[in-house]
Amino acid sequence: MFGRLAAQRLNEIRTSIRRTTQASRSFSTALNYHIDTPDNKTDLPWEFNNANKEKVKEILSFYPSNYKQSAVIPLLDLAQQQNGGWLPVSAMNAVAKVVEVAPIRVYEVATFYTMFNRTKVGKYHLLVCGTTPCMIRGSRGIEEAILKHLGVKRNEVTKDGLFSVGEMECMGCCVNAPMMTVADYSNGSEGYAYNYYEDLTPKKAVEIVEAFRKGEKPPRGTQNPGRINCGPEGGNTTLLGEPKAPPCRDLDAAE
Amino acid sequence: MGLGLLASRALRSSRIIRNSTRTIVSTPELKNADAAAAAAAAADAPSDLPKRNPVGGARVHLPNPDDVIEVFVDGYPVKIPKGMTVLQACEIAGVDIPRFCYHSRLSIAGNCRMCLVEVEKSPKPVASCAMPALPGMKIKTDTPIAKKAREGVMEFLLMNHPLDCPICDQGGECDLQDQSMAFGSDRGRFTEMKRSVVDKNLGPLVKTVMTRCIQCTRCVRFASEVAGVEDLGMLGRGSGEEIGTYVEKLMTSELSGNVIDICPVGALTSKPFAFKARNWELKGTESIDVTDAVGSNIRIDSRGPEVMRVVPRLNEDINEEWISDKTRFFYDGLKRQRLNDPMIRGADGRFQAVSWRDALAIVAEVMHQIKPEEIVGVAGKLSDAESMMALKDLLNKMGSNNIFCEGNGMSPNADLRSGYIMNTSISGLEKADAFLLVGTQPRVEAAMVNARIRKTVKATNAKVGYVGPAADFNYDHEHLGTDPQTLVEIAKGSHPFSSALKNAKNPVIIVGAGVFDRDDKDAVFAAVDTIAKNNNVVRPDWNGLNVLLLNAAQAAALDLGLVPESDKCIESAKFVYLMGADDVNLDKLPDDAFVVYQGHHGDRGVYRANVILPASAFTEKEGIYENTEGCAQITMPAVPTVGDARDDWKIVRALSEVAGVALPYDSLGAIRSRIKTVAPNLLEVDERQPATFSTSLRPEVSQKVSATPFTPAVENFYMTDAITRASKIMAQCSALLKK
Ligand code: SF4
Ligand code: FES
Ligand code: FES
Repeated sequence: MFGRLAAQRLNEIRTSIRRTTQASRSFSTALNYHIDTPDNKTDLPWEFNNANKEKVKEILSFYPSNYKQSAVIPLLDLAQQQNGGWLPVSAMNAVAKVVEVAPIRVYEVATFYTMFNRTKVGKYHLLVCGTTPCMIRGSRGIEEAILKHLGVKRNEVTKDGLFSVGEMECMGCCVNAPMMTVADYSNGSEGYAYNYYEDLTPKKAVEIVEAFRKGEKPPRGTQNPGRINCGPEGGNTTLLGEPKAPPCRDLDAAE
Repeated sequence: MGLGLLASRALRSSRIIRNSTRTIVSTPELKNADAAAAAAAAADAPSDLPKRNPVGGARVHLPNPDDVIEVFVDGYPVKIPKGMTVLQACEIAGVDIPRFCYHSRLSIAGNCRMCLVEVEKSPKPVASCAMPALPGMKIKTDTPIAKKAREGVMEFLLMNHPLDCPICDQGGECDLQDQSMAFGSDRGRFTEMKRSVVDKNLGPLVKTVMTRCIQCTRCVRFASEVAGVEDLGMLGRGSGEEIGTYVEKLMTSELSGNVIDICPVGALTSKPFAFKARNWELKGTESIDVTDAVGSNIRIDSRGPEVMRVVPRLNEDINEEWISDKTRFFYDGLKRQRLNDPMIRGADGRFQAVSWRDALAIVAEVMHQIKPEEIVGVAGKLSDAESMMALKDLLNKMGSNNIFCEGNGMSPNADLRSGYIMNTSISGLEKADAFLLVGTQPRVEAAMVNARIRKTVKATNAKVGYVGPAADFNYDHEHLGTDPQTLVEIAKGSHPFSSALKNAKNPVIIVGAGVFDRDDKDAVFAAVDTIAKNNNVVRPDWNGLNVLLLNAAQAAALDLGLVPESDKCIESAKFVYLMGADDVNLDKLPDDAFVVYQGHHGDRGVYRANVILPASAFTEKEGIYENTEGCAQITMPAVPTVGDARDDWKIVRALSEVAGVALPYDSLGAIRSRIKTVAPNLLEVDERQPATFSTSLRPEVSQKVSATPFTPAVENFYMTDAITRASKIMAQCSALLKK
């Protein structure tokens, strides 16, 4: 009797373990340490270009001179734009030199923020929102459609170097879910754009990708022609009259 | 316990899993929070509270009576100075709060949340380590809320922890283990996959198992705040967070081993010690480190006849709670290249093991055939005071007065004690606001002194001026020049750094002991004295004039008057007695000289030796060592001596008897009474004895400083003496870390 019970219990434990292994935990895809590759090495030279050197000065001027390190995030952003959407380790070192801190302090920031890409991305980096509201409204399908269309996996760059697809957490646009962002690095930091494309359908998403491939800049915002920005489809349905003043206090009398 | 009971248990637990309605509260009173709270309130009554003592017997120092506030810890009132944190207040009240990230010598991070306590009127439990105590605060550390909060935090911490204690070197001395036993729940509810983290390569000393890390960031803060190497950082975010260097990089700090101690879990452990022993099998012996002149307090952990590891002991005045990597990892040198039999070099140039009787007889015989002034004794850098006393007495009895300690130079100035010790004291350096380092690179000469200087520079922005060869510093410094001429300029006041010294309230000058070997040392010291005089460095309330010694034996040797009669004694010697002296320059020694080497390692001294007398190392004997600030401390034997080796002083005593000039002592106590007549300060153990007279009594010198630049006194931090040169770990360090 005891043996049978034990065996039964063991079996239960086994199944419970098996169950959990299937639901594997997915972590953020980027590595938190650097591996030397031919285009990403510490000893490669990297510098801000002349136009951006001016911008660096401007950015630094926003902060007190003894708190230079406060400029690390805008500078990393600038470096990323200049470098076609990603930060090689030498670019981080350059930023560290500008703000006069040890490189590790810059690595810490760059690894913390998911919008700093530490591996190559496409000229158009497509970020599909994966958070609950968008997910409920079908963001998985959208990502799948794009990935299938481009023939890549997540965080992979297409062969022509034009596109890469990543995932983002909520970008505050849930009212127009599902949505994706396109970070456009095709024109360096001057032409840099970061636009939201909302109310997507898988088909619409693929169309947008194709438009970018042709060099067009499809209009940002909701892709549902029946909506204006985040207004409801077919015009407003509530709050139609003039807003009424608050009933609580007679402001004139109060004066 | 019957089978039926077991079976029903198994059934019950399986049911629980199925319904997933386990309760995590293991302590029954938590299930009934109200009753427990009432009981706690009853216990709160401040009437007959037993007297409580601060954790660890700490003493509370209330510097300013106006800045004292009163708080209540579990109803017990304590007076604390303003600015203390809730955690410190609890400690003073005798309540030890569990913690991981808080470390009293590092900045406060407040990221582990283990120290949560309840504070009356605060809606949530507060992290006591980061919360300043406010007057009248009512802190509760053992209420259901506090207990439950800890239990919850513990469960979160263990969620991603591998729980691999059976194969973890930290097991048995792990904060996480202890605190989860004391404050954690008896089960967890986490059934998902645990995360795993790539191990980092931090070098030959620190082993990493990063999956065990609980992200307390103590190591990161230690590296940047104490060690001064900004290499480690917290990378990534959320559950992907990990400690690392991002680009592969070894930890190139002379203090890196301390992260092993401060890591509360087994993420950072000692690489050389990995899988060698469990800490409960080790016997701890409280002793003193002799690899430099700091005299760091250490505990030697041994198992049987083997030293397994060295860990620091707390001594606020000397090493705080850190030790250098050399101190921590040289111990494998104690097992290698040891001399274990008396040996005599035969006619064929090979050594032959002989009995003690024969070896001593030969030495005594040769000694008697030599003219007294041709007998020279050299004490090595690891010699203890007792053996130096015995050797000096023996040589004196033989009629010779040529004895010196290596590192002190051939004409040491032993008359004024203030002229060769650190008068400010190591902890006193913290009050300084300007440093002038003369020919010393503290980072390699005395890592713990350097850590103090760095601490001071960080805290007070003290200015550091450095005269000497280009060197590595881990704090801001000004390189003023490389030769003594710069000193003359500073003395004259024509150097820009003079004003920094002049404006300083507590200026400090540190002269490296490497200067002792210079021909113009008197002139250098005269220049330093002038600088001291012009800048008020020595006052009744402040003595900022220091010498930083290099070796553990130096201070005691000078105290005991180990000064050779002639500074050319080596050139004319016919009989040289090397007591562990490996670094003395014997090039000029005549070829027919007879050399006796008494020591524990087959190191440099052995090459020239005619007779070898095996002695015990400092881990095997009791001996007095005086550190650079003039504090005498005693080493304790942790392991038995190897082979036929004997304590140094016993060998000298035996030799004196064979030579027919028996020394009048035959026990440690007796030899110490003898020391008392020469240098009584050496017997004031563990208490720093300041020098009585200042160096202003030094005679005038006519010598001029030369233009020869200062040279580095220590070429390789990791290999400075016979033991460290025999150590494999140190060899690895010098190969990997010294570029
Ligand atoms: S490695 Fe150790 S000390 Fe460093 S953060 Fe992790 S647990 Fe803390
Ligand atoms: S969930 Fe996608 S934008 Fe908020
Ligand atoms: S000890 Fe207070 S949060 Fe870690």
